[in-house]
Amino acid sequence: MPVKVIIPTALRPYAGKQESVELQAATVQEALSSLTSQFAELKKHLFADDGRLRSFVNVYVNDEDIRYLQKDQTRVREGDIISIVPSIAGGTRNKI
Amino acid sequence: MATKTEILAAQRANQPAALTNDEVLRYSRHLIMPEVGMEGQLKLKQAKVLCIGAGGLGAPVGLYLAAAGVGRIGLVDFDSVDFTNLQRQVLFGSSDVGRPKIEAAAERLRTLNPAIQIDSLETRLSSDNALDLFKDYDIIVDGTDNFPTRYLVNDACVLLGKPNVYGSIFRFEGQITIFSYPGGPCYRCLYPEPPPPGLVPSCAEGGVLGVLPGIVGTIQTAETLKLILGKGDPLIGRLLLFDALAMKFRELKLRRNPECPVCGDHPTVTHLIDYAEFCGIRGEEAPAPQTSVPDITPRELKSRLDRGDDLYILDVREPHEYQICNLGGHLIPLGDLSRRVSELDSSREIVAHCRSGKRSAEAVEYLRQAGFRKIWNLKGGILAWSDEVDPSVPKY
Repeated sequence: MPVKVIIPTALRPYAGKQESVELQAATVQEALSSLTSQFAELKKHLFADDGRLRSFVNVYVNDEDIRYLQKDQTRVREGDIISIVPSIAGGTRNKI
Repeated sequence: MATKTEILAAQRANQPAALTNDEVLRYSRHLIMPEVGMEGQLKLKQAKVLCIGAGGLGAPVGLYLAAAGVGRIGLVDFDSVDFTNLQRQVLFGSSDVGRPKIEAAAERLRTLNPAIQIDSLETRLSSDNALDLFKDYDIIVDGTDNFPTRYLVNDACVLLGKPNVYGSIFRFEGQITIFSYPGGPCYRCLYPEPPPPGLVPSCAEGGVLGVLPGIVGTIQTAETLKLILGKGDPLIGRLLLFDALAMKFRELKLRRNPECPVCGDHPTVTHLIDYAEFCGIRGEEAPAPQTSVPDITPRELKSRLDRGDDLYILDVREPHEYQICNLGGHLIPLGDLSRRVSELDSSREIVAHCRSGKRSAEAVEYLRQAGFRKIWNLKGGILAWSDEVDPSVPKY
């Protein structure tokens, strides 16, 4: 199914500076897999070493958080929009 | 049947006070609207709002809360006005550079509206003082600029039962929502854990469109006013995403997570923690770990160049930065390095630099892993070069 993945500003440098990517997928997992095969550098920003989505990155299908759907097995239909929403804070670098 | 918003707003409105004739005239444009009216304006007068941060977001929040007649506004910030702030922090003027932000902000707001109470809290918010600071206010507005403080503000608001009007920005993108409203989600429901340090660039590193915090902060203020008035549909359970370049708004649904450690059904966080540690240690491994790379100081570089050493200068910044100032280096932006590495000769001695030394450290690490052995990072970047070697090079 053709779906659109919206790339947040913070990750656009790793996705060829594109703000969205159209691709074919039946589930969120397939979409993200396809995305990270196309843009290898994106993978480490989205996924931890154990293959799970990083906890400060949320994924939505249209306006619903996949954590409350079927997570990465959430099915997507033609015209669905997958949004990647990382946490942002602006301002100063992390003070530790 | 009154909505939750209206009930809570009504509870917050104490016994009716009066508006002076001056206030009736000042706020006439509010009073003639049924959504505000005398009743609403009195609620605003009796409201107490605390704004954390008097910077990019705090500026429109402070200004519009004061203009609206919110009776008591607290401002928390321990920083001083910096020259680079003036591009977006419109509470301040050129003559304020060097002054504590709180002092300049309070002065500006009192000029705008002398009748309201401004509490200047020139303090660094911490787990030791947050609960005490927050308890006297009805609503907290989060205008902060770092993750540890955001988690601190969130947790304190949940523990005290106060709504947290959240806004955040990056470059030309913003997020706005209301966290920790009774029954609604909190920040940790959305982001249980922070990104590892160094992964998400700051304004200083990523840049920010000056108007963006203006837009986002003003939306935060609109939401704050709506909460006070008990009118309209507040952004509870709704994350508003804004893209200034596309000039598009999108909205995502947020839910309270029943397993949230702070606001869930069985909370495990019942008091404030060490948030620096939370963000530094509990954050996951950064994808590009900042290992120490061989470096060279600007002075050392200058000596070697003066001696006639054949050094290849690699500049890993972006083309628009090269136009601001450069050391005549060969420009390969960091994002293009892996594709253009064949342009580099590993038999030559290479010094990589960027603006402050961070991106070039990543470049050196990458090239070392690719087999380059004669490569150094210019410590402190072109900023340090300007400071230590050639002050005629502009800093940015």
